Amino acid sequence: MSKKVHVQTRINGEEVEFLCEPRQSLLEVLRDELGLTGSKEGCNNGNCGACNVLLNGRLVNACLVLGVEVQGREVTTIEGIASPEGLHPLQQKFLEHAALQCGVCTPGFIVSSKALLDKNPHPTEGQVRHWLAGNLCRCTGYDKIVRAVLDAATVTKKKR
Amino acid sequence: MQDFDYVSAKTLKEAVSLLKRHGDQACVLSGGTDLLVQLREGRRKARLVVDIKGIPQLNHLSYAKTKGLTLGAAVPCCQIYEDKAIAKAYPGLIDAVSLVGGIQIQGRATVGGNLCNASPAADTIPALIALGAVCTVAGAKGTRKVRVEDFCVAPGRTALKKGELLVSIHLPPPKPRSGAYFLRFIPRNEMDIAVVNAGASVVLDARKQTFVSARIALGAVAPTPLFVPQAGEALVGKSISDGAISEAAEIAKAAARPISDMRGGAEQRRHLCGVLARRALQGAIQRAKGGN
Repeated sequence: MSKKVHVQTRINGEEVEFLCEPRQSLLEVLRDELGLTGSKEGCNNGNCGACNVLLNGRLVNACLVLGVEVQGREVTTIEGIASPEGLHPLQQKFLEHAALQCGVCTPGFIVSSKALLDKNPHPTEGQVRHWLAGNLCRCTGYDKIVRAVLDAATVTKKKR
Repeated sequence: MQDFDYVSAKTLKEAVSLLKRHGDQACVLSGGTDLLVQLREGRRKARLVVDIKGIPQLNHLSYAKTKGLTLGAAVPCCQIYEDKAIAKAYPGLIDAVSLVGGIQIQGRATVGGNLCNASPAADTIPALIALGAVCTVAGAKGTRKVRVEDFCVAPGRTALKKGELLVSIHLPPPKPRSGAYFLRFIPRNEMDIAVVNAGASVVLDARKQTFVSARIALGAVAPTPLFVPQAGEALVGKSISDGAISEAAEIAKAAARPISDMRGGAEQRRHLCGVLARRALQGAIQRAKGGN
């Protein structure tokens, strides 16, 4: 077995150190080593988006990043989306629109949608659907998710 | 996932010497969107993964009107289409890099990796061939150039020799009255692998009525991305017309050697070659005339 590697990084705004094997994905490190089980393992090959996180602000599949690669970088997971004051507007709108059923895809959808609204606060429906093409949901049929994101965009707009 | 060691190389020299020493026991990691899937599924074996994202030359991205575009092998797709000057100068490349996977793939996946993965269906390669791109490859004895159409030699296999590493890809500056276009056919709108894809570029004369030169390449219809020089040559000196475009598209179609698989039948693919080559040419002509 390869020697474990010491990694220093920032996760959800906090300095974090961990030991991991080079072969462990960021997703495995988050879930199995750090107890951050919000990011889900769906396909484990970059198709479903259930493990999506932000790496230095950029949307990535955590299953397609090695844990050792986040040395010196910044990771935001679903656990870092809400603030101490309460839910993020996206989370609130997902609830209001019932944009989830089983919920396994939801953390990935919320992280992806946050990345979209950070970059483009006024997306059209087409832009939302295009952006979320890398997130799969087997329950909702996507429509409620798209409506929730568009509704959240009106709230986040006002906040800014 | 299988067990391996990991090194983040800091210099080209370090990477080349590691690759030379470990031979086929070593794999190069850039965006990881192909490699990590292949390692996990056991389709590739590695004792050592060499991360090349820390090497300055491989992160180089620069464009100048006189020099063209130099694209480091570790530059992710998103960085290319987010650069306004590059997006304006090379819309035919942007067509391709903005449809590789989804947003989260484009944040990591690199054009260099797309080339080195050498999939017959790779989306960026026909676009690069149409644009006349040339690769710079580093080895123990220095660097050499490889034309992009010669880079892939078989499915998953490239012209890279033991210990060699792709450093960058160079695209010549766009000529006046030139245009390029790339498109693919997939059953959904995004996040899929091409059934067939096609890239084309054209240069028009001063009156924008006659072809000065043209290049056409097809993907997913042969063991490697397929450059069809005779299709472009057939257009040289001809006036722009539906007839001339169709004739070139037919030549491209005739060069295709598609197989039948889960994504499409050979006959369907052959048909698509003609359709996509024609549309790629029409798109390239439109851009050369000044449209989008």
